[in-house]
Amino acid sequence: MELNGAQIVIQSLKDEGVEYIFGYPGGAVLHLYDALFQQDDVKHILVRHEQGATHSADGYARATGKPGVVLVTSGPGATNAVTGIATAYMDSIPMVVISGQVPSPVIGSDAFQEVDMVGITRPCVKHNFLVSDVTKIAETIKKAFYVATTGRPGPVVIDIPKDITDPNIKVPYHYPKKVEMRSYHPATSGNKGQIKKAIELLLTAQRPVIYSGGGVVLGDGSQELTELAHTLGFPVTQTLMGLGAFPATDKQSIGMLGMHGSYEANMTMHESDLILAIGARFDDRVTGKLDMFCPYAKIIHVDIDPASISKTVKVDVPIVGEVKLVIRQLLEGLKDAKYKIDKKAAETWWQQINQWRSVQCLEFDRNSRAIKPQFVIEQLYQVTKGEAFVTSDVGQHQMWAAQYYPFDKPRRWINSGGLGTMGFGLPAAIGVKLAHPNADVACVTGDASIQMCIQELSTALQYNTPVKIINLNNSYLGMVRQWQEFSYESRYSHSYMETIPDFVKLAEAYGHVGIRIEDPEDVRPALEKAFAMKDRTVFLDILTDRTENVYPMIEAGKAHHDMKLRVAIGTTTDRELS
Amino acid sequence: MRHIIAILMENEAGALSRVAGLFSARGYNIESLTVAPTEDPSLSRMTLVTRGSEEIIEQITKQLNKLIDVVKLIDLVETVHIERELMLVKIKTTDKMRDELRSVVDIFRGKIIDVTPTSYVIEMTGTSDKLDAFIAAIDATSILEVVRSGATGISRGEKGLHL
Repeated sequence: MELNGAQIVIQSLKDEGVEYIFGYPGGAVLHLYDALFQQDDVKHILVRHEQGATHSADGYARATGKPGVVLVTSGPGATNAVTGIATAYMDSIPMVVISGQVPSPVIGSDAFQEVDMVGITRPCVKHNFLVSDVTKIAETIKKAFYVATTGRPGPVVIDIPKDITDPNIKVPYHYPKKVEMRSYHPATSGNKGQIKKAIELLLTAQRPVIYSGGGVVLGDGSQELTELAHTLGFPVTQTLMGLGAFPATDKQSIGMLGMHGSYEANMTMHESDLILAIGARFDDRVTGKLDMFCPYAKIIHVDIDPASISKTVKVDVPIVGEVKLVIRQLLEGLKDAKYKIDKKAAETWWQQINQWRSVQCLEFDRNSRAIKPQFVIEQLYQVTKGEAFVTSDVGQHQMWAAQYYPFDKPRRWINSGGLGTMGFGLPAAIGVKLAHPNADVACVTGDASIQMCIQELSTALQYNTPVKIINLNNSYLGMVRQWQEFSYESRYSHSYMETIPDFVKLAEAYGHVGIRIEDPEDVRPALEKAFAMKDRTVFLDILTDRTENVYPMIEAGKAHHDMKLRVAIGTTTDRELS
Repeated sequence: MRHIIAILMENEAGALSRVAGLFSARGYNIESLTVAPTEDPSLSRMTLVTRGSEEIIEQITKQLNKLIDVVKLIDLVETVHIERELMLVKIKTTDKMRDELRSVVDIFRGKIIDVTPTSYVIEMTGTSDKLDAFIAAIDATSILEVVRSGATGISRGEKGLHL
């Protein structure tokens, strides 16, 4: 079969099984858009800004495990996509971004809409390619999908100069079934010796904890993790990125850890004598002050990326491999281990943990006449029966969603954890809704974040993706305001929005339903009404308590046992258990 | 500690900048860097000299290995190895100092490869330390130019860095 370059790109995507491509046309990709027009298999979603394209593809990827695909033009189209590429990179999301480039002969001449996309994206992609020959397109696309989806996943950019997609140059088309790359061999199962060492530590620990992260979600190891946790009986704390991999409503779950983690999770980490870290990367928002991090613990670290191991925290037993396979190896090894779990120690440990739990660090004022944001998330949980896909933007609302919506399944909680990209939530929700048209999809956002990609309301109408936007509106850049309150003597420097748009009218102007809620009593009925409107995008503008803060909080430079709680409970003594 | 990292990588456009970019983005220092194709034109070999604690060197090698274009690498300092660097030095000469300079060049097993009435160009190879020592041994005010290739190296014996 002879095809031109543009047709080869589209046919390759088809052969790769791509369902949706999120994009925006422009000069350098006109040949590609013409080829797209002449087929129906790959559906194109026209966004309103290229950042939206990357976030939608990202949301689609997070909700399905399949790679998200993006198509943008050269120059500003490409640079607009960079924030979304970096977002996917920081959270290890599989994504393939095809960017148009000016024709090969004029590359480097500062041509119209020319940027060095390969250069610009180098630090925020897993890999990138500049296609130099029409005969190399198919193989390059295959490699891009292979690299993006295997090992530690990540975004891959393919930059294609316009002349390479020239409709007049036809070459034989063949899409490779698989590719071999001599320089790329992702890890699979863990080293047997290390597994053995890990098992001995697991069974001899007195105060163990499982610390699991986004890698368990990405590696589809949720079932294995749950089985392992139940076999061992250990408490499980999850990172912001890992929520849902282990059921939050399970009695062994002690909630999220880190800066806004639960009291019991952070205290358990601090006092533990063994940490089993799975698919987590000891990020600074998790560890707090590094030299005070878990002073009594030995650490077993399971990760697919060797560079994640001992990067910030030195570990005792590193295990490089796919979480799913490594956990199976651990389960296998536990069966015929010569040690048995010390039941008495476990009982004492759980008593201590339950004591920390009894602090009830997430309690808030339920009699408030102002709408408490935490209350809204609780109601959202109840109305959606805990089954919704929840995307979020970045800030206080993101933390409240993570704290008050207990996720029992993986891939339901979709947020920008690593890069912390405001504007992520709405386009991501659109991607999720396309992937799961029958599921409830909520975008929990705030008055500042939502305005960063508000234009995607137009995309939501065009492609009929009825998501529910839960706007926790406090007219502040809430997280900035909170830090200014705590650390800058309440000097609220530019964290207040004086001219917030009328979101109800705005939603209506985009062809959607807008509802404003100002009374706590109206929250539940409004949520019920919104989710009952199955075929409409609904924007709930909820005016919340304006000065509410996120608790607990570990302030910058502090350790896990040094938490700011809503209600002071006296100083928590270090080493209570000795 | 000083480490000499030898890297085999795909001879592709942009591969060098991936390595250089990694070092600047993560704040690692590069003392020297040399790169050229190998006997297999699809592969380049890069030699990179860097300093850092054990933890930093471990991260550097892991991060380098993570680059898709990197096929294989070794830290030569961890093996028995031979290190060589090429240096060319242009020196302003007077009749009086030529004899003495020639004998210093001989001691360091260097070669005088260009002579004019007022200058010498000296070629010298050796470890970076030896080249430093030569520079220290001659009159600094007479040096017109110094160009150094950066260290390269190879491990002794059959084992080493190859596919």
